[in-house]
Amino acid sequence: MKARVFVTLKNGVLDPQGKAIGHALNSLGFPGVGEVRQGKVIDLEIAERDESKARASVEQMCEKLLANTVIEKYEIEISP
Amino acid sequence: MKSAVVVFPASNCDRDAAVALEQVTGQKPAMVWHGESELPDVDVVVLPGGFAHGDYLRCGAMAALSAVMRDIKAKAEKGLTVLGICNGFQVLTEAGMLPGALMRNARLKFVCRPVGIDVQESQSVFSRKYESGQRISFPVANGIGNYFADAETLDRLEGEGRVVFRYADDDNPNGSLRNIAGILNEKRNVLGLMPHPERVCDPLLGGTDGRALFESLFESLS
Repeated sequence: MKARVFVTLKNGVLDPQGKAIGHALNSLGFPGVGEVRQGKVIDLEIAERDESKARASVEQMCEKLLANTVIEKYEIEISP
Repeated sequence: MKSAVVVFPASNCDRDAAVALEQVTGQKPAMVWHGESELPDVDVVVLPGGFAHGDYLRCGAMAALSAVMRDIKAKAEKGLTVLGICNGFQVLTEAGMLPGALMRNARLKFVCRPVGIDVQESQSVFSRKYESGQRISFPVANGIGNYFADAETLDRLEGEGRVVFRYADDDNPNGSLRNIAGILNEKRNVLGLMPHPERVCDPLLGGTDGRALFESLFESLS
């Protein structure tokens, strides 16, 4: 199965890169852009056919390595 | 006092730390590769500055999982003194040995310059040769040195006298919350700080304010 993990900063944690992107978009002539938050996407291939087992395993990976849960949150999408 | 310095792939302040330790203790520290499963029998271990594993994923994330860190974590729980400088501080937070996290500098720039530091707490094996309230100068060299923790953790760190070093009020180089530059763990045997005391231990390098940190360790652990 394939897993896509979205890692983003928790709400309330300052995101200076997101702010800089927002300013850049404003200066490019997109005045309607409000708050911008940036994060990362991690794609994984997993040798597992059962969706719930794959999800559980990726959750463990997020807790142990892929995200720093002091400052980041994560979302997992599983696909065949 | 027997010491060791861990060398991760892309550490770059390991030799600076070794020189500072040797100047103060008169003994060469053991240089320990990150893949070693056991730390030699030492009184203090230094996790040096640099860009371990190229800062991939997050600074210190890979290094925190290295073989030698497992041993260091176990020994720190039994009282081993651990000093993490810059990237070493990031490794300590990623390993869960210190609370909070280091984030990208508030103004997004890599900052490399001397900054004013206030010693907040002289009651530790790392700072007893300083006086509480003393203003010193250490260089910083980081892009990801912006200390973050939730308000409850910050209150606790302050309440328990675990903020050892703070950036001078008008000289916070990276946006660290409450100007935090260096903190202790609960048992007070692990210190992480972003500025570089090892770079100011010799007058030829422009200052000697860092020497007292290594002298504090020497006095405490010899």
